[in-house]
Amino acid sequence: MARIEYKGVAHSYLSDRHGAQDYALEHIDLTLEDGGAYALLGPSGSGKTTLLNITSGLLTPTQGQVLLDGRDVTGLPATERNIAQVFQFPVVYDTMTVYDNLAFPLRNRGVAKSEVHERVTEVADMLELTDVLKQRASGLAADAKQKISLGRGLVRSDVAAILLDEPLTVIDPHLKWMLRRKLKQTHQRFRLTLIYVTHDQSEALTFADEVLVMRDGGILQVGSPRELFEHPAHAFVGHFIGSPGMNLLPCESSGDGVRLAGQDLPLDPAYAERARGTGGRLELGIRPEFVRYRRSAEPGCVPADITTVEDLGNYRILSARVGDQVVKAKLGEEEQAETGPGWLLFPREWTRLYADGRVVD
Amino acid sequence: MSLTLENVSKRVGGETHIDGISLDCAPGSFNVLLGVTLAGKTTLMRIMAGLDRPSEGRVLVNGRDVTGVSVQKRDVAMVYQQFINYPSMSVYDNIASPLKMARFAKSEIDRRVRAEAERMHIDHLLDRLPDELSGGQQQRVAMARALAREAELVLLDEPLVNLDYKLREEFRAEMTEIFAERDSTVVYATTEPVEALTLGGHTAVLHEGRLIQHGSTAEVYHRPASVVISQVFGDPPMNLAEAQIEGGRLHFGRQTSVALPEHLAHLAAGSYRIGVRPVHVFLDRQSGDDVELDGEVEVGEVSGSETYIHLRHDDLMWVVQEEGVHRFDVEQHIRVYVDPRFIFAFDMDGGLVAAPSRVRVPGAA
Repeated sequence: MARIEYKGVAHSYLSDRHGAQDYALEHIDLTLEDGGAYALLGPSGSGKTTLLNITSGLLTPTQGQVLLDGRDVTGLPATERNIAQVFQFPVVYDTMTVYDNLAFPLRNRGVAKSEVHERVTEVADMLELTDVLKQRASGLAADAKQKISLGRGLVRSDVAAILLDEPLTVIDPHLKWMLRRKLKQTHQRFRLTLIYVTHDQSEALTFADEVLVMRDGGILQVGSPRELFEHPAHAFVGHFIGSPGMNLLPCESSGDGVRLAGQDLPLDPAYAERARGTGGRLELGIRPEFVRYRRSAEPGCVPADITTVEDLGNYRILSARVGDQVVKAKLGEEEQAETGPGWLLFPREWTRLYADGRVVD
Repeated sequence: MSLTLENVSKRVGGETHIDGISLDCAPGSFNVLLGVTLAGKTTLMRIMAGLDRPSEGRVLVNGRDVTGVSVQKRDVAMVYQQFINYPSMSVYDNIASPLKMARFAKSEIDRRVRAEAERMHIDHLLDRLPDELSGGQQQRVAMARALAREAELVLLDEPLVNLDYKLREEFRAEMTEIFAERDSTVVYATTEPVEALTLGGHTAVLHEGRLIQHGSTAEVYHRPASVVISQVFGDPPMNLAEAQIEGGRLHFGRQTSVALPEHLAHLAAGSYRIGVRPVHVFLDRQSGDDVELDGEVEVGEVSGSETYIHLRHDDLMWVVQEEGVHRFDVEQHIRVYVDPRFIFAFDMDGGLVAAPSRVRVPGAA
């Protein structure tokens, strides 16, 4: 397994380039540590796949270098990089048995028979494929086939890294849980360097130790799931992580706090001052999980018109209007809320300000 | 319009794809077809649309038998997983095409196209070609085209499955409003429990070609009629364990036992399967009656605002869903708590025999 470094990596698919807008990937400086579980998370078009293809060698970046354990591999083709890849759709040989499918990447490289057997048995055990090892792959269900695909990526002990490109897309929700658990356990057992590409926040966050949130060809934040949830460095990260995402409410600096939809909301004076100092366009950011509903006024509350309370089984989502802005709050199963006039409390410790999208520290 | 299926079956070769389904969709109702892949959702929708004929049974629209009537002669619109648009036509012409075919007046076509585009938030894209749009925008165009005709029956077959999750979230939130304003009867197929819950209305659970439960979405969620439904309609699925009732107590695992909670008190002694939703297994004690489960953490997962802990207790895996971000090490020993008020009980054939009485707070919306 290897440490992966990107030094000033940028890529444009255009030959005629004029500015940042012509780049699919903009100047990435980043180190992925050996044995880490990373996720590249972002909407379509954010540059995830470009970065993945640059890592695997399918694409040579327009600028910059890619280093594996300090060795410059920028110009090396995919076949010489020793990187395994698992794709969205299962790649298996239908006519081969499950065993032969798993053994294929090893036999292909002339690995000794005894070692092939050892690795295949170990990976099959890990992925709960032992019972079907002798069966042909053709008769198996989609999730079993995707497990074989995963297994083929995991079976080689000499790979520098394993890249997973939305590997659970074709899997039903109730099986995703199991496969994700298997993947996580496999990672913890073999300490592989794994890079998992997805647009699905829950997949990224459940899988990775570190998540790289991408947008428009750049990396907005690298952090643990907790950091991304509790301290989004960028308004987009707040919005993208979490379901529903962070409430982002345009506001103005006012006195010791901010003015929000005609209401003064006091904050820590020093914090409000720093926000003012940026001179940027301000937004107040608070997650629905932290907004509290109150039936009657309390200090620090803002008046709101509760428009809907949606029952989502074991929790409820309250939507309210504060002035002309919509605020969402997540309520527990047993929490009461009524539509009509009410109050919302924004606890200070969870209330952040963003200036031109960047968090005010 | 009302849509009724009477004992509909579909066999292809020797295989039964749909097995004796009877279903009533009331006029203007929103109906979710929930089921895992290959449960028969698409097959059933094609029969509803008139694209395929059932091998047996009847399809009734407003009480009239339309079983043999082709899709062209029915007032039905369909939206698929793939974004299907005419690549060489502008967004405007894409939305207008079914209206032109139906020979609407030009002014009426223009009015409907613009209204539909506005509702789907694509009114600024009318001059573009589908190729120049993102996946989410393309699906909006496909949906606008399906809706512009104001068909009596609208069928949506996993329309969000190819979209980024953030777009799905936006769409879902809009979907309820989009259909609330219409008279169409809607059938919406999905594999995702959260989609059914967000969209509300009625939910029909399909499994292996059979309809296994149909009711209001909340009712199906809170009273899943069988173990199978408890697994399909829950993400993560409900935790299950074998249990015995004996001497007024519920015994499960190797040596866990608890006094029967009120909602299980009427059950006779014997063997059962019990179910507990992951959200009802807690890291902190909830009440004096809580059952304690000691176990080893197999894996801890953080998803945005929640943590899922996979715990091995005796020989069973339990999933614990907890608000907030918590860190656990693999093989860490922890104790979790189950509030017996939240236990579901199924008989050994998998049928529901008791569900938690939903805690309904007075005055709740």
